[in-house]
Amino acid sequence: MAEQGLTNQHVLDNITAKFGESIFNVEEPYGLLTVTTTRDQIIPLLTHLYNDADLKMNFLTTMCGIHYPDNKEQELGVIYHVHSLVHNVRLRIKIFFPIDNPIVPTATNLYAAANWMERETFDFYGIQFEGHPNLIRILNVEDMTYHPMRKHYPLEDGTREDKVDTFFGR
Amino acid sequence: MADIIIEDKVNTNVGIEKIPDSLPAQYNEHERELTTLNLGPTHPATHGIFQNILQMDGERIVSGVPTIGYIHRAFEKIAERRPFYQITPLTDRMNYCSSPINNMGWWMTVEKLLGVKTPKRADYIRVIVMELARIADHLICNSILGVDSGAFTGFLYVFQEREKIYEIYEELSGARLTTNMGRIGGMERDLSPVAIHKLREWIAGFPKVMKEFEALFTRNRIFVDRIKDVGPITAEKALNYGFTGPNLRAAGVDYDVRVMNPYSSYEDFDFEIPVGTTGDTYDRFMVRNEEIWQSFRIVQQALENLPEGPYHADAPEYFLPPKQAVYKNMEALIYHFKIIMGEIEAPVGEVYHSVEGGNGELGFYLISDGGRTPYRLHFRRPCFIYYQAYPEMVVGTQLSDAILILSSMNVIAGELDA
Repeated sequence: MAEQGLTNQHVLDNITAKFGESIFNVEEPYGLLTVTTTRDQIIPLLTHLYNDADLKMNFLTTMCGIHYPDNKEQELGVIYHVHSLVHNVRLRIKIFFPIDNPIVPTATNLYAAANWMERETFDFYGIQFEGHPNLIRILNVEDMTYHPMRKHYPLEDGTREDKVDTFFGR
Repeated sequence: MADIIIEDKVNTNVGIEKIPDSLPAQYNEHERELTTLNLGPTHPATHGIFQNILQMDGERIVSGVPTIGYIHRAFEKIAERRPFYQITPLTDRMNYCSSPINNMGWWMTVEKLLGVKTPKRADYIRVIVMELARIADHLICNSILGVDSGAFTGFLYVFQEREKIYEIYEELSGARLTTNMGRIGGMERDLSPVAIHKLREWIAGFPKVMKEFEALFTRNRIFVDRIKDVGPITAEKALNYGFTGPNLRAAGVDYDVRVMNPYSSYEDFDFEIPVGTTGDTYDRFMVRNEEIWQSFRIVQQALENLPEGPYHADAPEYFLPPKQAVYKNMEALIYHFKIIMGEIEAPVGEVYHSVEGGNGELGFYLISDGGRTPYRLHFRRPCFIYYQAYPEMVVGTQLSDAILILSSMNVIAGELDA
């Protein structure tokens, strides 16, 4: 069994002691500690979590992009889930940035797993990961000109008239 | 579960090896010519549609570049337009060798979001179904590994067992491969007497077949020589690459979601986590074999201790009512209509839930903005995460080894691409 005793509060205290003001919007939805940080601080934070002897959060569970078209200057985001396998504590880290300037530093120097996750995020949301070794599309075709998971690309053909949404309860 | 194993494997910073742009110097010096070999996209030995562009020096692999996405169906995008019940068929089509696990993982995520608590009986039925799915998944993976090394018989032996497992699914849900099993708050149907009978019959017959399968492979000199020390990966590298499931455990790390974050009453069961040492193809094979026995134990325990009671939660606003009730009962009809038309509004929130899938930690990250569909749904697909280690594992091996490494990793194209 994994060591007990490391709580969300410990994790939060540890990272706020080091990063202070750049950790904000602290929440605990369904027990999973969630914090937001800035683009500049994400790699130092991940590195700290990776190397810190108390936390040992060195497993990148997953990473994905998100798009909130209505949040001005904060439209795009990247969400990281890291996991401490020793203490069995997870942490969710979010960063948000404007859609006109979607440049984020890469985490591939820390995690080999981030390579394809970042390519997928780039493919779906057009987020540029600075320093990524091979930032090309991964799931979609290469000659695609847009990033399909952004909210302004609707799933269904907007010109169709035979299928009105109101009939389908949406 | 030994706790030391994880402890001393973590916190070792391993750098990432990048895909080489040019060939290593010694090849250019001697002006040796390399062959570019496209392994796939539709090669019978790749078991799925993805491509590996290999640079070959004779039989030896110098570098490999994997290309994926050939069956990408945009599940994450489609899910943004679908009510919760209509997302289950999408999850079915990810790891289609063990689709009930995907279904259950998805329902548990939704239940966590909606705050629905499942009764014990539903949990136990889910455990039975998930473990059967894991057995079916591992049986296919291991027997296909045999086929790829040239031994076909074992595959035929265990395929009939998978067939019997599919018959149990059929009894439970009416479907065999894409089961679309489960409901929010429990199961669609209770374990029927026929299903229990089939389950007992299967339990009685399975060990014999499994032992025969093991007798064919585990001490077979030719087979062991072919897979021993092939494609090893260290625990540090495996963790850095985000490996989970049997592939990580083969490298010696006893991380299992069923033990670390128990869901669906897994804490009630007594089972062990098999671990390997070197993370080579042989260890992956043996870990899966041993896991089949452990899953078998869990199925036995769950069936013996199956609690009485309801097989679904009392949550009519989320649980799709039985069809007979819809014909006779006005409330059932209303709820049926509201659920089918996707009129349930989920609470605002974000939830991450993971289950131990056939290949490792299968996670569902669901963000709800209070609408009828997820605002964002991200699948943590274990295949997608560990397939990127493939080039590193095959470099230096021979082509026939690369095939074996690929099948021992159990890469399922549906899950890889989603």
